[in-house]
Amino acid sequence: MSLMSWGMHPKVKSTVLVFDKTQTLKKIIDEHDELIPYGNGRSYGDSALSTNIINVKPKDYFIAFNEKTGLLHVQAGVLLSEILESFVSRGWFLKVSPGTKLITIGGAIASDIHGKNHHIEGCFSECVKEFLITIADGRTLTCSKEATPELFKATCGGQGLTGVILEAKIYLKKINSQYIDQTTIRTENLRETFEAFEACKQKPYSVAWIDCLAKGEKLGKCLLMTGDFRSDGKLDYKKKKKRNIPFNFPSFALNNLSVRAFNWLYYRKIKEKISQQRVDIDTFFYPLDAIGHWNRIYGKSGLTQYQFILPKATSYEGLKEILSVISKSGKGSFLAVLKLHGKANDNYLSFPLEGYSLALDFKIERGIFDLLSKLDEIVVKYEGRIYLCKDVRVTKDVFEKGYPQVETFRRFRRENKMDEKFQSLQSKRVGI
Amino acid sequence: MSYVLIVGAKSDIAKAVSREYAKHGYDLYLAARNVNTLEDFAKDITVRTQRTVKLIELDILDYTSHQIFYDNLEEKPLGVISAIGYLGEQDKSQTDFDQAQKIMDTNYKGVVSLFNIIANDFEKRRSGFMIGISSVAGDRGRKSNYTYGSAKAALTTYLSGLRNRLYDAQVHVMTVKPGFVATKMTKDMDLPEKLTAQPEEVADDIYQAQQKGANVLYTKWLWRWIMLIIKNIPELIFKKMSI
Ligand SMILES: Cc1cc2nc3c(=O)[nH]c(=O)nc-3n(C[C@H](O)[C@H](O)[C@H](O)COP(=O)(O)OP(=O)(O)OC[C@H]3O[C@@H](n4cnc5c(N)ncnc54)[C@H](O)[C@@H]3O)c2cc1C
Repeated sequence: MSLMSWGMHPKVKSTVLVFDKTQTLKKIIDEHDELIPYGNGRSYGDSALSTNIINVKPKDYFIAFNEKTGLLHVQAGVLLSEILESFVSRGWFLKVSPGTKLITIGGAIASDIHGKNHHIEGCFSECVKEFLITIADGRTLTCSKEATPELFKATCGGQGLTGVILEAKIYLKKINSQYIDQTTIRTENLRETFEAFEACKQKPYSVAWIDCLAKGEKLGKCLLMTGDFRSDGKLDYKKKKKRNIPFNFPSFALNNLSVRAFNWLYYRKIKEKISQQRVDIDTFFYPLDAIGHWNRIYGKSGLTQYQFILPKATSYEGLKEILSVISKSGKGSFLAVLKLHGKANDNYLSFPLEGYSLALDFKIERGIFDLLSKLDEIVVKYEGRIYLCKDVRVTKDVFEKGYPQVETFRRFRRENKMDEKFQSLQSKRVGI
Repeated sequence: MSYVLIVGAKSDIAKAVSREYAKHGYDLYLAARNVNTLEDFAKDITVRTQRTVKLIELDILDYTSHQIFYDNLEEKPLGVISAIGYLGEQDKSQTDFDQAQKIMDTNYKGVVSLFNIIANDFEKRRSGFMIGISSVAGDRGRKSNYTYGSAKAALTTYLSGLRNRLYDAQVHVMTVKPGFVATKMTKDMDLPEKLTAQPEEVADDIYQAQQKGANVLYTKWLWRWIMLIIKNIPELIFKKMSI
């Protein structure tokens, strides 16, 4: 079967394996190598792609919920959206959520995802009490930070390279409304953007939308959105009908001009310097999910997302340089999301570190990888790193420079013979 | 809110339908053979929705047990949905009558036996809904699956008569005709993506259509038009075709 992830590039021939019992899974692992777990394919690149993929999405049972502690026990194929459908109306929300709710619990752990509240709550692994995982020798183990710290640190952020996560127990957080009081701040340049972020550090949620085609004086102008849940007791959360992009757009649809127009319109929509809105969960956290298959806007050849993070000390310089290169190149994206992150955790390959991250979508076209390699150099120069779950092209060298614990990760895989079974296109490219 | 009875509860469509009804606030009776294998699934629904789910053993081919099965339900259901289905093997059914019989008995006789009992109760109570999952395969016989198709055709006709009979009693009877659905039953077939529904879509369609009181539901909707064309191909031509 031909398989791809959210970026629609690359498309690879892959055998899709499914299992019902752990014995079947053990057998699959015994009989194959070059295996990688696959959740809902919402990673952008090739971290879930391999010759043989293990489809975990059908494992979608809810197992238990403790009303007192908020501890939810589910199988790894459960989508975040399913959790929200069941629990928002009962006053619970995810402690950490990415910009889409259409990912599996397994995928959330394997990428140790972060949300708009990383500066306060950290990564997804912070809310994971324990998980059940089948590793390379076929054993199924319960893993927690306390009992099996190495396996925990290797698996959270480990991109499926330690084994197949089967179940997880995660803590939810209490909410009293499905509405968020949002404040939008409009800034004129990167300096103002940084000041605004620092001034809003205490706000639970924050994220900025950068106009990455702005030049000169205006470089780094943004709309910064911050917010927190209201407490009005309104919890009626219903599934909305979504609109679908039914087919791939022809490639001319997304040229430089349309991106410019979109950026301009979006920026102009907000007139005041500071404004207040009341928005619901889906609008605040998952604006893109309202349009199914929006990736098709980029046409058949697909897209890639470039997300990097720089330490706080070098963030300003580094971002300035990167934004200048991008705006000069004229290649931009609908989305350029800037975020302030809190402290790094000790997981071997988790992405966030204290500083600023920027994520940009690029249509895959000629010359684009050269541009990104140029950006890589700047990221390395400023001691930053690239996010694996969005990546499809980073070199081993650039990757290694960003992740000081990569050797520990490799050793752990070797010792447990995980490297002989679990491999993705990405793991081979970057040598993990 | 009260119970909906789902029979053939182990099928993928039935499971999706179960989740859909629980989500909308109904409690469930799930009936199937070796129903205890559904314990984890029942728990899944309870954790998701806080609804009550009861598992009840039912062998659709053990006709004599059906009355007792229904009498034993303490609280009678508001509605019943049958997802009973057995595709079997066409080739085998042509030479091995046991296979042909199993296809006919499961898809048709078993459902009739159970639905007669429930229909009599609903008629007396003058309320309830009865949903039978038939198939587009019952709309016209094709060489690739006509044994199965003929049993489903019989079921379709039965449901249409039942609808006619129970109209006065305000009991709603709905016939569901799924086209291709991505399930365990079809997992080895190479199905065209655009025409293949996910069980969740079928479940959503069934719930919406039942709430609206529809008589016949094709899902995906496109199948209504496909079958309209297929039904209207003259026999003279159809018999030479391979579709
Ligand atoms: C619109 C959009 C917005 C996003 N926003 C954010 C964001 O704000 N923050 C963020 O951190 N990420 C974000 N992402 C990325 C996304 O959260 C991650 O890529 C996530 O891992 C995808 O989960 P998935 O279930 O689709 O997994 P897949 O894409 O199928 O797999 C991703 C990785 O997880 C592994 N994996 C999946 N299931 C298992 C399992 N059961 N056991 C072991 N390994 C497994 C795979 O092997 C692979 O390495 C976004 C993605 C999209 C499309």
